[in-house]
Amino acid sequence: MSRFIERHPAWALIVLIAVALLLWLVFAVWPPGLEEAIGRKKVFLNAVFNGITLGGLYFLVASGFTLIFGLMRNVNLAHGSLYLFGGYVGYAISSWTGSWILSFIVAFIAVALVGIILQLVVFRRMEGQDLRQTMVTIGLSIVFADLMLWAFGGDFYQIQTPHWLIGPIELPFVTALKSSGEAVYLQYPLVRLVIFAASVVIGVVMWLALNRTRVGMIVRAGVDDRDILAATGVRIQIVFVAIFALGAGLAGIAGVVGGTFQSISPGEDTRFLLASLVVVIVGGMGSIPGAALGAVIIGLAEQLGSVYIPTYAIVVTFLIMVLVLALRPQGLLARR
Amino acid sequence: MSLIQEAPGARLHAKPPAGIKPPASAAQRPALAWAEFDNPAAWAVAVILLIMPLIANGFFLIEIFGTTLILGIIALSLMFLAGYGGMVSLMQLTIAGFAGYMVAVLGMSGSANISLGWPWWLATPVALALATAFGTLGGALAVRTEGIYTIMITLAIGAAFYYFTNQNWAIFNGHTGINTVATPHFWGVDWRSDIPFYYVILGTAALCYFAVLYLSRAPFGLALQGVRDNPRRMAALGFNVNAHRVAAYAFASFVAALAGVLQVWNYRQISPGSVAVERCIDILIIAVVGGITRPVGPFIGAFIFVMLRTFALDFLVHVGLDGNRFRLLIGVGFLVIVFWSSDGVIGLWERWRRRATKPEMRPGGGHGHG
Repeated sequence: MSRFIERHPAWALIVLIAVALLLWLVFAVWPPGLEEAIGRKKVFLNAVFNGITLGGLYFLVASGFTLIFGLMRNVNLAHGSLYLFGGYVGYAISSWTGSWILSFIVAFIAVALVGIILQLVVFRRMEGQDLRQTMVTIGLSIVFADLMLWAFGGDFYQIQTPHWLIGPIELPFVTALKSSGEAVYLQYPLVRLVIFAASVVIGVVMWLALNRTRVGMIVRAGVDDRDILAATGVRIQIVFVAIFALGAGLAGIAGVVGGTFQSISPGEDTRFLLASLVVVIVGGMGSIPGAALGAVIIGLAEQLGSVYIPTYAIVVTFLIMVLVLALRPQGLLARR
Repeated sequence: MSLIQEAPGARLHAKPPAGIKPPASAAQRPALAWAEFDNPAAWAVAVILLIMPLIANGFFLIEIFGTTLILGIIALSLMFLAGYGGMVSLMQLTIAGFAGYMVAVLGMSGSANISLGWPWWLATPVALALATAFGTLGGALAVRTEGIYTIMITLAIGAAFYYFTNQNWAIFNGHTGINTVATPHFWGVDWRSDIPFYYVILGTAALCYFAVLYLSRAPFGLALQGVRDNPRRMAALGFNVNAHRVAAYAFASFVAALAGVLQVWNYRQISPGSVAVERCIDILIIAVVGGITRPVGPFIGAFIFVMLRTFALDFLVHVGLDGNRFRLLIGVGFLVIVFWSSDGVIGLWERWRRRATKPEMRPGGGHGHG
């Protein structure tokens, strides 16, 4: 961090001012002039919270994508299908047993199994052939999409939020002042906050596992140079299978989350594939903190964009990607 | 990074003029280069295509052969990038769709509040220029990273364009798209009526095909293939690697834009569905199934694709399956090709022919593919 400030004082200043401005916008009571100019603070705060919680969901999808890519150089374009499959499995389980938590566990295991099968049966045979693997994932995504359309039809499904998570809670953020001078606080759905907290926990655990454990060391070494790692005697195939299972399982969990937040239907696979592509391009390929940063940026851009410039929202996301590619092609937090 | 990695053997054989040969072979290259002209099969195909209106009725002429040629042109632009430049771009259909949208927006259409109502001779070149600029910019972005990342960035561009057309009502008319787009009408001919339109498509396809064939042997194309094979060495030789790549994108964008204009004239409407991500991927499937080492591959792939798309439903119902599983068929077919032949149908054909001719004439078997 301090090295970044030393190297790019101008950029650091800009980032600092932007963060300060954002904090002020979030915490201060807005003066009337500002409310007239850009609308009510409640709308803004809601958009910010939606953006950050959506970022949590994007992180769950993109972290698996970036892990698989970083270690195996496999651009898994079937990742969106894994997400959708997880969503459908979660829906089936939660409507069958009524347990929301159980649907996460089953979705993780089911999708991780699909990932293991894919790695063992398909990708292992074409190791080191990046492009061919990618093509295969494209073919798989088509096949999966059609199979799921066959099995589940074109309907929208929404996973039932458990009753202890339904309803809003009051957050200590002032949205406005009543004429009596009493502060009005922001009401926000509890389930989104819980899910966001869970994705933060998952992210931190993953970061710790990668940076503080032996297995994590092996994975990081594999990201840097898998040939040398294999030469040192590590059974790299097992590592590959484990990472593929983890990445796929995370996509499955994300599917359940997405099914609770929003809904699942054919076409969502493409949407989340695009999201993870952009998140990973912005954050840096193969980097978990990069995926986290990218996910929050993209989530915020999408939500704020859809509130303030509705018909051009996607352009904002896209411009961020262009800007990052132009200034730092390897992504914001990539090490190369 | 490039396709070379996936199947070194196949590629090295398939590309004799990739600058590996000694200059001595330059003299014999013209004979080799236009070898298709000695090939009776090529002549037969050309003649059949020319007299097609006599053989086929309106449905076959446009729905099958016209569509094949249009999709073939788009896939050809991908083949040019992937085969000679080693850059697999998934945004070729997006560029075509952009050109189509521009024709609809600038020209005349049923959505009078959006279309500017320019005459076709003005709208079309401007649309082509805009789409080429769009594709070149996208390419300039994509070449900032290498190899496998290209696929991700171009797919992101394609998907972003699709969602943008869906969201934006001011220019692209949201998910309804733009309907009843006017088609050119001059010299007393309605150029959208079946037979003239077929010849317009055929002419464009032939132009693009021979342009790619010519370019692959021109100094630029050779340098591009050098860049594909070894960017570092080419840079050391003084070639501007990125400029060659961006120029390749510019050319491919123009080719794709031509097809996009034909596409919008063909259907007379354009909507986000025409630039959806699945459509982008269809183009990749067409190119890969046909084979991305030779310009004729995309057209073969497009023919297979269109035949499947048109007749798979009847066929599936006929054998007692659900007719809606067309995409499953396409996906599985694509997987099979990717698994067993890195060079698509052409590769399978070459391999089969080589095996058939092997016993008798091994040393001289097959031009360039021995």
